[in-house]
Amino acid sequence: MKHTLAVLVENRRGVLARVAGLFSRRGYNIESLSVSTTDRKDISRMTIVVEGDEQIIEQVTKQLNKLIEVLKVVDVTGEEFVDRGIALFKVETSTVTRSEIIQIVSIFRAQIVDFSIESLIIEATGTEKKILAIEEALKPFGLIEVVRTGEIAMVRGGGNFSSDK
Amino acid sequence: MILSGAQAVVECLKKENVDTVFGYPGGVALPLYDALYNCGIHHILTRHEQGAAHAADGYARSSGRVGVCISTSGPGATNLVTGIATANIDSVPMVCITCQVTTDALGKDSFQEADITGITAPISKHNFMIHTVESLPEVMTEAFYIASTGRPGPVIVDIPKDVLVSKAEFAYPEKPQLKGYKPVYSGDESMIRTVVNVLKQAKKPVFFIGGGVMLSDMADVVLELVNKTGIPVTASMMGLASLDKKHPLHLGMLGMHGTYAANLAVTNCDLLITLGARFDDRVTGAVSKFAPNATIVQFDIDPSEINKIIPTNYCVLADLKWSLPIFTKMVSACDIKPWVDEVLLWKKEHPLRFKEDTANIKPQAVICAVDEAKANDAFVVTDVGQHQMWTAQYAHFGHPRALISSAGLGTMGYGLPAAIGAQAANPEREVWLFSGDGSIMMNCQELATAVEQNLPIKIFILNNQGLGMVRQWQRMFYGKRYSGSKHEVPTNFQLLAEAFGAKGLTVHTKEELKYAVTYAKACKGPILVNVFVEEEENVMPMVPPGTALDQIVE
Repeated sequence: MKHTLAVLVENRRGVLARVAGLFSRRGYNIESLSVSTTDRKDISRMTIVVEGDEQIIEQVTKQLNKLIEVLKVVDVTGEEFVDRGIALFKVETSTVTRSEIIQIVSIFRAQIVDFSIESLIIEATGTEKKILAIEEALKPFGLIEVVRTGEIAMVRGGGNFSSDK
Repeated sequence: MILSGAQAVVECLKKENVDTVFGYPGGVALPLYDALYNCGIHHILTRHEQGAAHAADGYARSSGRVGVCISTSGPGATNLVTGIATANIDSVPMVCITCQVTTDALGKDSFQEADITGITAPISKHNFMIHTVESLPEVMTEAFYIASTGRPGPVIVDIPKDVLVSKAEFAYPEKPQLKGYKPVYSGDESMIRTVVNVLKQAKKPVFFIGGGVMLSDMADVVLELVNKTGIPVTASMMGLASLDKKHPLHLGMLGMHGTYAANLAVTNCDLLITLGARFDDRVTGAVSKFAPNATIVQFDIDPSEINKIIPTNYCVLADLKWSLPIFTKMVSACDIKPWVDEVLLWKKEHPLRFKEDTANIKPQAVICAVDEAKANDAFVVTDVGQHQMWTAQYAHFGHPRALISSAGLGTMGYGLPAAIGAQAANPEREVWLFSGDGSIMMNCQELATAVEQNLPIKIFILNNQGLGMVRQWQRMFYGKRYSGSKHEVPTNFQLLAEAFGAKGLTVHTKEELKYAVTYAKACKGPILVNVFVEEEENVMPMVPPGTALDQIVE
């Protein structure tokens, strides 16, 4: 099962390498990873999506917590949370296919962010499920290039995950 | 007080009450070595940086204090790596100071540059690179704090040369401020109460003790716990010395070369209470068949050890220093006589044994001869291989820190430098080293260090003219195809010792062995005794790899 971990770390050199190294040497598989600073300059937040059973996730969480620069690890999978990723799709177009593609973009509430005679770049934001669905829908037209960010996640409700430690 | 970075390092070491450091200088380490000159801290120059790391480790294991080693950048730092990994897996508190190329040369493949923080991240508790001289005292306090608290381990502090020569106002922080590091001390008392209740229901309980007992100085409490409950005890190699082997309930070591009684007891127990041990595969055998009928209780300081290998039913997450006295106070005598009788019968009917009536000296007999001669407060250091297992099996340990051995990493070449560290930390006590003709060669240059420091280490080489443990496996599992495991040209170890200025002896007969042990005991300087032993001897009993503990072959 896929788990989404929200991880607060000290914003220092080498922290990302430490986290990534931990996953690779213990044989855990990162599905996606995104990192950025938070509202506090000295703290970064990682969203890590990892595949594994309960025992693996327990070990991942504990091993992450053992890293000195890791401040907090929460598996948000069991909670109500919002998760989003962004994808850019470069799609082949012609006068014949263009209107159909524009329709798909509108159905998925995506956006066209670049236009040329032979291609379009489409920006889609959403859950992984939605992004995979739009990718499937665009595939028949010919995908020239696809680039995706890792997912980011936030628990619903009033609490601030980044501030309470 | 305005100090250079190098002077600040020395001040920090003094603040941490470091009396001895082990190291090897080099280009970018020169400012630090200049500050060390006549500073009052004893610097022991090893003959290889690996020796410095293992010596700091032996110093730490024998004394319980943080061991410190120093190297230059690049190859100096990478030579520490095996020593760092060895200390890490056995939870040994160490601070390794590696000097680094100047900040502006970093990342440019400069002369003697190696990314030591990158290299050691997976094999250390933590590491730091110091970027400014102002942050140096703070990082040094943090390094010592992290190394010595919680589950101990090695911490590397990498210091660029320009930081060593820059100056700043020196103030040593009182207490380190680490947001992400809060080692647990106390735990949940109700969990201990639960374990006490579980214990009341148990008919066949066993204690399994590991290195955590020694690390938390809880051997006395374990003895009280065992005496009070009457529960049989087995141990990992790291925990083996924490209870006197002569205690009637001590079943000896568990696992691959453990005793028959220990392996049978764990396989048949209904409750396994683990105290500070981590279920290494050399201990468990086939994990799926480990203690198949038992409720597993784990007392440990490290949450990641719970459910890592063996699913745990109950855990007490805390320092044993906190949990064991409470547990001991709560328990009462167990009504388990039939079980204890059964276990003690196994112990009686299946003792460790070897044939003594041979013409050649049996390697086990060397361990026994030294065992009879050594002082009760002596340290027994080993290298890695057959001699290490025979030491674990046949030697007795008079105190919890008596056995110093690379248990988790199994580092050949560990023994001699670790013995140097142990002797440096305990100048008044005996240090006996068992090694093999394979292991000793991996750091034999440290004989020069032992001679220079006049450390009266007593080295016994169990010489079977090859790599005994490798050959044992080749004999048992690879159709006696001795690939790469025979020393075709024997080394004259007596002459080697003499070349370094140490006393050397060669032993062929039992009479010579007796003489050599007596001579070594009285020897005031380092002595190496090369004992030719039965070449084909196997370490027995043995649980074949990948099988259950009760498949033990005697």
